[in-house]
Amino acid sequence: MDAIVTDGIARSFDGLVAVDGVSIAVGEGELFGLLGPNGAGKTTLINMLSTMSRPTTGTARVCGFDVVREAAAVRKAIGVVFQGTTLDDRLTGRENLDLHGRLYGMAKKLRRERITEVLRLVELSDKADLLVKTYSGGMMRRLEIARGLMHHPKVLFLDEPTLGLDPQTRFHIWEYICSLNREEGVTMMLTTHYMEEADTLCDRIAIIDHGRITALGGSEQLKSALGGDIITLRLASSGDGKRLLRLYEESPYVSSAKITDSTVYLTVERSDEVIPLVFQTALGSGISIQSVTVRKPTLDDVFVHHTGRGIRDEFANEFTRVRYKLQTSKR
Amino acid sequence: MSAMRAFQTVYTMWLREMLRFKRAKSRIVGSLATPLFFLIILGTAIGSSYNIESYREFMAPGIIAMVILFSSIFGGVSILWDREFGFLKEILIAPVSRFFVALGKAFGGVTTAMIQGILLMIIAGSVGVEYQSLIGVLASIPIMFVIGVGFISLGIALASRIESHEGFQMVMSFLTMPLVLLSGAFFPLSQLPQWLKTAVYLNPLTYGVEALRWALYGEPEIPITVCMIVLLLFATITTAIGSWLFGRTKV
Repeated sequence: MDAIVTDGIARSFDGLVAVDGVSIAVGEGELFGLLGPNGAGKTTLINMLSTMSRPTTGTARVCGFDVVREAAAVRKAIGVVFQGTTLDDRLTGRENLDLHGRLYGMAKKLRRERITEVLRLVELSDKADLLVKTYSGGMMRRLEIARGLMHHPKVLFLDEPTLGLDPQTRFHIWEYICSLNREEGVTMMLTTHYMEEADTLCDRIAIIDHGRITALGGSEQLKSALGGDIITLRLASSGDGKRLLRLYEESPYVSSAKITDSTVYLTVERSDEVIPLVFQTALGSGISIQSVTVRKPTLDDVFVHHTGRGIRDEFANEFTRVRYKLQTSKR
Repeated sequence: MSAMRAFQTVYTMWLREMLRFKRAKSRIVGSLATPLFFLIILGTAIGSSYNIESYREFMAPGIIAMVILFSSIFGGVSILWDREFGFLKEILIAPVSRFFVALGKAFGGVTTAMIQGILLMIIAGSVGVEYQSLIGVLASIPIMFVIGVGFISLGIALASRIESHEGFQMVMSFLTMPLVLLSGAFFPLSQLPQWLKTAVYLNPLTYGVEALRWALYGEPEIPITVCMIVLLLFATITTAIGSWLFGRTKV
């Protein structure tokens, strides 16, 4: 049985569609990633799956339970590590874990054993009796992950688990997530807008944009689906981009071409033979190229390929801007 | 949900408040300083200047009621901080009934408020405020409890509706001070002009002050049965509203 199954799940806020008919299935024990820019609908999707908000249409089942009609059973079966801290910083790490165990109805002996266990897993045993407000950002994240696992959930949701952490801490958190996925056999669904994170951690990745899944598969599978090498051309002026793009799209040696601002991305079979042709085409129509790079495809390219823009063009995203306005006006 | 789980939920939320209280001891003892100054300085001064016999003793139940009010409303409104710092999500995602979460939060806050009220009563007693009897002192404890439940639930209801903690300042200045001043904590009720009398009788805290006065001082102006009926009704209604609104609160 799949751990998470969604069927056309959607959610809109005041007419704005945040998640637009997502149908996915996540297998047991899988480490599944939702990759997309801010405002793509990742958090909304996780909120629906974790029963924090109701879908507008569509259904979803987590561990076999319907997220609306059997919300209580879903809650018992899942753990959630939210974006941003949800710890009580006036309590110690151990107390936070203990209260969590009590809320999930764990007996005293089991609680005590499990606290020792999860603290060891995230290497916080020696800091357990310090107040959380003395913890660093990375320690707080680790404690939240430990707490999310405390009650032996079958599915753990992690919403941007490394947001705002420095690269070294991020790398450590990745190690914990990986080893916990393996040692505890927990199905994990994490959202991220870091390419490297999805690439390093996830068995399968769903690329989500404007509330829709635009691509789904393993990292290597997604990359190789692009076929061949990626040539990135930076143009001297962005005005020529569209014209050049059309020329490349008509060329037989280019399998696909995309453009963002003044950068053109070409997917080609054999870059060593194609590069001279690429230059000829550009020079022939009087367009000057500032720089060129050739490489194997990355997840970034996969993202650009499926959405037509880079994941870092966050504020170009209309939905994010509107939602941001809505959020700030509510405050 | 079984009764066992319900109890466990209430106890967990209560335990959290107690753990936090344990660490905030100095702040809480410090917060008793202002009411004590009121009682000792203002109480003595007014009593001697206007020749009112045992004014301090008259005022003490009012000051205790004031402390219970401040502490319990604050305890309820502290949900705003739980929302601000994210802990509310941890509670709302747990497989427990929100009604019992709210109840546990209320009991935790009430316990804190009662500890403060009792401490104030003891300190005031040790610096010369006289109470009518030991039985009265003991009887004041359940009265404090009922007052506390009523106002903490009011706090929870408000915190479930207001979404920012700027709103907290509004609550504190437009709700708590008028409640205290319009309660008969500092003056007898019989000689008031009609408009003021009406306001005072509409104020639930008045019945709390009068009930405590019955226990600690004697000579209440409202019969104790009336006081207790009003207080219990008030507590029941605010608890119902508070837990209902908290059940609908969003993160």
